[in-house]
Amino acid sequence: MTISAAPTTTPAEEAPTVVTVVSRKAPVVLSIFTVGLALVLLLGSHDGDTTFRLSTRDDLFQLPAVTVPAMVTAWLLVVVMAAIAGWSWALTLRERPTPLWLVALFTVAALVSFLAWAAAGGTIPVVGLLGGAIALAVPLVFGAMSGVIGERAGVVNIAIDGQLLAGAFAAALVGSMIGSTWAGLAGAAFAGLLVAVLLGVFAISYHVDQVIVGVVLNVLVIGLTSFLFSQVLAPNAAELNSPPRFKAIEIPLLGEIPVIGPVLFQQTAVVYLMYVAVAVIAWALYRSRWGLRLRAVGEHPKAADTVGIKVNRTRYRAVLLAGAIAGLGGAFYTLVSVPQFNREMTGGAGYIALAAVIFGKWDPIRATLAALLFGFASTLQGVLSVIGSPVPSQFMLMLPYVVTVFAVAGLVGRSRPPAADGVPYVKG
Amino acid sequence: MKLELRNITKRFGSLVANDSISLTVEPGEIHCLLGENGAGKSTLMNVLYGLYQADEGEIVLDGEVQRFSGPGDAMAAGIGMVHQHFMLIPVFTVAENVMLGNEQTGFAGRLDLDASRARVREIADRFGFHVDPDRLVEDLPVGVQQRVEIIKALSRDAEVLVFDEPTAVLTPSETDELMEIMRQLRSAGKAIVFITHKLREVREVADRITVIRLGKVVGEASPSASNAELASMMVGRPVELTVRKDAPKLGKEALVVRDLTVIDDTGHVHVDGLSFEIRAGEVLCVAGVQGNGQTELTEALLGLQGRVRGSITLDGKELVGRTVRQILDAGVGFIPEDRQVDGLVAGMSVAENLMLDRSHGSPFTRRGSLQLKARDEFARRMVHEYDVRTPGIETLVGKLSGGNQQKVVVARELSRDLRLLVAAQPTRGVDVGSIEFIHKQVVATRDSGLPVLVVSTELDEVVALADRIMVLYRGRVVGIVPADTPRDVLGLMMTGETPEGAVA
Repeated sequence: MTISAAPTTTPAEEAPTVVTVVSRKAPVVLSIFTVGLALVLLLGSHDGDTTFRLSTRDDLFQLPAVTVPAMVTAWLLVVVMAAIAGWSWALTLRERPTPLWLVALFTVAALVSFLAWAAAGGTIPVVGLLGGAIALAVPLVFGAMSGVIGERAGVVNIAIDGQLLAGAFAAALVGSMIGSTWAGLAGAAFAGLLVAVLLGVFAISYHVDQVIVGVVLNVLVIGLTSFLFSQVLAPNAAELNSPPRFKAIEIPLLGEIPVIGPVLFQQTAVVYLMYVAVAVIAWALYRSRWGLRLRAVGEHPKAADTVGIKVNRTRYRAVLLAGAIAGLGGAFYTLVSVPQFNREMTGGAGYIALAAVIFGKWDPIRATLAALLFGFASTLQGVLSVIGSPVPSQFMLMLPYVVTVFAVAGLVGRSRPPAADGVPYVKG
Repeated sequence: MKLELRNITKRFGSLVANDSISLTVEPGEIHCLLGENGAGKSTLMNVLYGLYQADEGEIVLDGEVQRFSGPGDAMAAGIGMVHQHFMLIPVFTVAENVMLGNEQTGFAGRLDLDASRARVREIADRFGFHVDPDRLVEDLPVGVQQRVEIIKALSRDAEVLVFDEPTAVLTPSETDELMEIMRQLRSAGKAIVFITHKLREVREVADRITVIRLGKVVGEASPSASNAELASMMVGRPVELTVRKDAPKLGKEALVVRDLTVIDDTGHVHVDGLSFEIRAGEVLCVAGVQGNGQTELTEALLGLQGRVRGSITLDGKELVGRTVRQILDAGVGFIPEDRQVDGLVAGMSVAENLMLDRSHGSPFTRRGSLQLKARDEFARRMVHEYDVRTPGIETLVGKLSGGNQQKVVVARELSRDLRLLVAAQPTRGVDVGSIEFIHKQVVATRDSGLPVLVVSTELDEVVALADRIMVLYRGRVVGIVPADTPRDVLGLMMTGETPEGAVA
């Protein structure tokens, strides 16, 4: 046998061979939802028309309300859902993934179908529903931003809920004492920051398991605020627990666009602050030196160290900033929603915010959208119980959490957290 | 820039990693630091780079004593390092990686990516690299990633460049290209420290050679020294560089693999339609650059991979679709490529690790309770037979040296009733003495009439052990060739080329 070495040529760079591995999750979930909704319609059939109101009374441009026969609409949409589920099956069998827009279309169809059925004989205030979704999403969005910043830097922040609660408490206290909403807001940010200091010391300096520290901090804040509430705030409610409230401000011109205007631009200053915060964080995370270093520290801290970036200092800064942002979100409860502090008034919103971070794949914009989805579920529950839907209220109260579980477990694709998320950096 | 290390001593607890090491590197010189794994080369370089602080001694650049409290200081002083494990962020682009820590910014800290792109292009052009500044690092081949590391160091105006085991992950042709780059850097007046344990490379580019053993400088060698001389300096005694073995006594075909395909969860095809067979009493070596499907192939043989198509039969019995337990019971012995992750439980004792895959049934368990006496007797016998240097059988495996850890793995696997041995990187990170021992064990296993599959990225090991060599590239067989195939042909095959007549 003769073997000769041919002249060395570097082979052209080829892409690695990739085949699509299609999971059956999408069509299965879609099918289950279709069948489930069909069963609901079948068992709970009731007649009447449903009206979707698209404008509020004092809007400049009035859109006509849409009235549809409830059952017919609901069933038609179920047929659409079945068609989409079938399409998804067909795609899966041909080893192709179900595109996201198809899932989105399915979700809209399912939602409208459900609303048409649930509100039969009544009226759905569409603007109120969407506007409420934005408002209720405020703490979730701030919490999610906090989570994104912390986790991108490599520190898991389970303590979002504690930071929200501490923010709510401090906002009520400081707001009442000084009599200024803005002072309350500053107090909220400071309280969130204090919780973050504890998180940072334990997680970054002492390498304690970050999940455990976070949970412990949440319990600590619940205990502390509940104690102070019953011993200090409640007996002196007039001086210490009656903060002023932010009022809705309509933005000229933008506020008058039909549907979008009232939903997005007739909100409180806290909501506008949220828009700004999301935009700034989304830009800074990807386009600024601060963001580049923050992400580097969360992905590969040793590499960051070898180019002279102080890993733990960067992480501390991120965690403290994140705490302050979550604190701001907490202020929503006492300076916008209800003008007084109550025990455990966040209702676990911090954990939902954490879910939004994962659902949003650690990206500020996507996490915001996820938070809005959860906010929508909360509002929906409120609106439906007011209309008097046939669903028992206990089930409606579960809605935001059910949506969270399905969203995170079922619909989110494979997501990749920052590589060093939750891993303390120990030199050498 | 002239680099001097004066009497550097670095201790970790009671271990002296560097014992008063002195070294001088002149500008325009390639200075090789030669030593075994664990000799203290990387520790020394981490001291130089400010990652560790020396307990004693000083670092001197152009006559000035330096104080480095972190890598930032070392970089500012003009020291650049190409790390063994690249210090690149996989999800960042080339430009982002190069600018990280040294960013040019505009308003509000806005990153000036254009400036970084231009810098990457300028340096790449100067040295004739082809690097696209906008590609994500994780999408680049390893050789190109290494160039990004070099560009990163040069973009910070490094005058002293340290290459820490740079060839471990490269193909032979990429290694040649790297040597050329190092020569170019030398002509550009850089002082270069080249850390390696591969003798061939040292002799090719080094101007001076310093040999380190057990944390001490044992002497200088000239580049004209022979392999045997260098090796015996490195190890401290004469070393047998070749493995002694007789012609194989081939039996019938024992392991038959047909159309084996392994796909991971993200759809990447790691093993692509592999077919081969190993006869009883034969060693088949799998050669190839790391990451070309070797890991997935060995894991598929043991039933550790989920999406496997095709067939694997051992003595006529199908293994695909069986559980790991069933495959072990069928007589497959497995030395995994990373003993710390897959081979041993570091926090358990030598005795416990030796019986780890025999925890069901006699003689080590009876009615669910461990038979400690049987276990300890067995462990003592294994420690003796396989020459494991350990204070006792109760010692935690994690406390042993790499070579002795590997001997524990080898002892456990070979002491079972085997029908096939799969050894992945059996001597990675192992001292030369243990390498000799493990190689002898592999050959003895083959001579006892078993089929043996050895995966190695070290061409020396492949050539030393193989009866036949199978070269993998991107999950496919480039060719199965006889053991006496010339190295340059093997090297070429590892890049995916098929030289004429090489496919058997």
